[in-house]
Amino acid sequence: MAILVTPETRILVQGITGDFGSRHARLSLDYGTQLVAGVTPGKGGQSFEHGTHKVPIYDTVANAAKQSGATVSVIFVPPPFAADAILESIDAGMDLVVAITEGIPVNDMVRVKHAMRGSKTRLIGPNCPGIVTPGEGAQSHGGCRIGIAPGYIHKKGNVGVVSRSGTLTYEAVWQLTSRGFGQSTCVGIGGDPVNGTSHLDVLKMFNDDPETEAIIMIGEIGGDAEELAAEWAAVHCKKPIAGFIAGATAPPGRRMGHAGAIVSGGKGTAADKIAAFKAAGIAVAETPSVMADTLLRHWGKA
Amino acid sequence: MNIHEYQARELFEKFGVATSQGRVAATADEAIEVARSLGDKPIVVKAQIHAGGRGKGTFTNGFKGGVHMCKNPEEAGEIAGKMLGQTLVTHQTGPEGKVVSKVLVAEAVDISRELYFAILLDRATSQPVVIASTEGGMDIEAVAEHAPEKIMREFVNPFLGLQPFQTRKLADALGLKGKQASQAGKLFTALYKLFMARDCSQIEVNPLVVTPDGQLLALDAKFNFDDNALFRQPEIVAMRDKSEEDPREVAASEFNLNYIGLDGNIACLVNGAGLAMATMDIIQYCGGKPANFLDVGGGASKEQVSAAFKIILSDPNVHGILVNIFGGIMDCNVIANGIVAAARETHLGIPLVVRLEGNNVAAGKQTLAESGLTIITGSDLADAAHKVVAAVKAA
Repeated sequence: MAILVTPETRILVQGITGDFGSRHARLSLDYGTQLVAGVTPGKGGQSFEHGTHKVPIYDTVANAAKQSGATVSVIFVPPPFAADAILESIDAGMDLVVAITEGIPVNDMVRVKHAMRGSKTRLIGPNCPGIVTPGEGAQSHGGCRIGIAPGYIHKKGNVGVVSRSGTLTYEAVWQLTSRGFGQSTCVGIGGDPVNGTSHLDVLKMFNDDPETEAIIMIGEIGGDAEELAAEWAAVHCKKPIAGFIAGATAPPGRRMGHAGAIVSGGKGTAADKIAAFKAAGIAVAETPSVMADTLLRHWGKA
Repeated sequence: MNIHEYQARELFEKFGVATSQGRVAATADEAIEVARSLGDKPIVVKAQIHAGGRGKGTFTNGFKGGVHMCKNPEEAGEIAGKMLGQTLVTHQTGPEGKVVSKVLVAEAVDISRELYFAILLDRATSQPVVIASTEGGMDIEAVAEHAPEKIMREFVNPFLGLQPFQTRKLADALGLKGKQASQAGKLFTALYKLFMARDCSQIEVNPLVVTPDGQLLALDAKFNFDDNALFRQPEIVAMRDKSEEDPREVAASEFNLNYIGLDGNIACLVNGAGLAMATMDIIQYCGGKPANFLDVGGGASKEQVSAAFKIILSDPNVHGILVNIFGGIMDCNVIANGIVAAARETHLGIPLVVRLEGNNVAAGKQTLAESGLTIITGSDLADAAHKVVAAVKAA
């Protein structure tokens, strides 16, 4: 079943005519994803063409969703306009909004998060690589690729991957695929301090998903989302989890690339998170090179 | 982004946050003039650098202390003259210190109580939180650990803002009564407006004081601003003082590279913030010490790779380089060409270990192999990290 999205899920792209949005829209179409509509205000009525694909463009998300039957929106809109784009998708009643945009002001996200209370929409991101549910074809073709992850490194299978970081997710996925183990769904929740979906939210979904048999959870310094997820997993998670935390060598008080990756006031250190993982029975990878191997040992597959 | 104390006070004045009288001065004469304008009051002269610990710091010319009390304007001018243009070393500046180009000249305020007041973002609940404590002037983290009951937290609904009843609760918890309570209401509300209007990620008032005559004043504050919001905060951007920042970090930001200098000897160049942190970690795990954090981003160009090499090599402590690229979408061969060009351009004389994986990796590895340069390749991240640590130890 996978989580959040399946190969049949219909997607619309907000910001499809921009440089970034169009590049990744093409890659998703090549991957076989059901990318059915685009939204760029002022360009409604035009279409986005790629090979044999002709994706209609609309002025508003509401209209795009209505005409195309899309239930998921992915956002490539520049930071000053991204919060508005997310709110537009919530207003249009999308099931899921995936915000790829990096650099959205934190105060904008604080308001978006509060505006979302009580809505049925789930937000993933912002500042995230997106979601991949691999397909059955060669190099996982035919899957649902939302965002900027390289599709071909995936393989259909039974490991769920959740991470704040894009390239560390790819690293974990590639290690799994190279060892013959596929993924149910890979979710990048993003590196910002205020995001829509937490490690814990995704863990719960993986726990309930019959197709997911084991989980890799990747975290980094800053905040306490990893600790909260670990605390829950210790009691409720039925599936083996391997974890990795980045940033053990990061100096305190400095933001390490991601807006949320900062140790402040002695809180959010890698040591605390690793200790929380261990206390919860999560197998901790000592280095990012052994994320898959650590899981496979813990899972009894190696 | 950080700002100077005098700039924090300018923001206080603009938003109606009560503070002491004072102004910035760039020369000794200006310092005298400012001191005279304050009237016949005791004066304090404070060196303006971003680092803390100024009072206990020492100038490289031997003059002690970056904060001095003065009896009259002439003395304020004399002290300012000893600070301006000189280098102040504190426990936060490192041994090289910081050049003082401005001083704050302000009335010296008598203090009967020191309080703690801060506004910051609470990540867990995604909203601003006000933190107040009667234990001003103390290390607030130590208070949180040893006397958590002395710390009050008030969460703020971002749509409503800080409400009057909340400022009353805070004033009450701080023991501010009567006229002081109403002063507190005004001061806290003004600070919250400033926090939101200028996209602050933190305002820590240190200290918030009560004077013997009952005035409540915010004397100094540590501000942090949300870098993501600087595009709409021209007033804050204008306050940036690049001379306070690591020149390598300033150079990197001009090329859209994310660089943070550290004190190790193995440099790294990585795509993606998470992988860049993890690469630093694995260098340490293998027995080395990372010299920097460097994220070249998801779509690095040849020019960016070249600029990144130059920045890395401007650090004299660097004795080896580890390049770790997981090119998911990015073409590994483009990166390989960038590495080769940069290594040639900089006449690289230290070990270079490259780990490439992903899109078009075979062509990338071939480019490296055919370059004629001594480039060590790593089969995976662990292999590459071991090799760079070994190469640096052998050199």
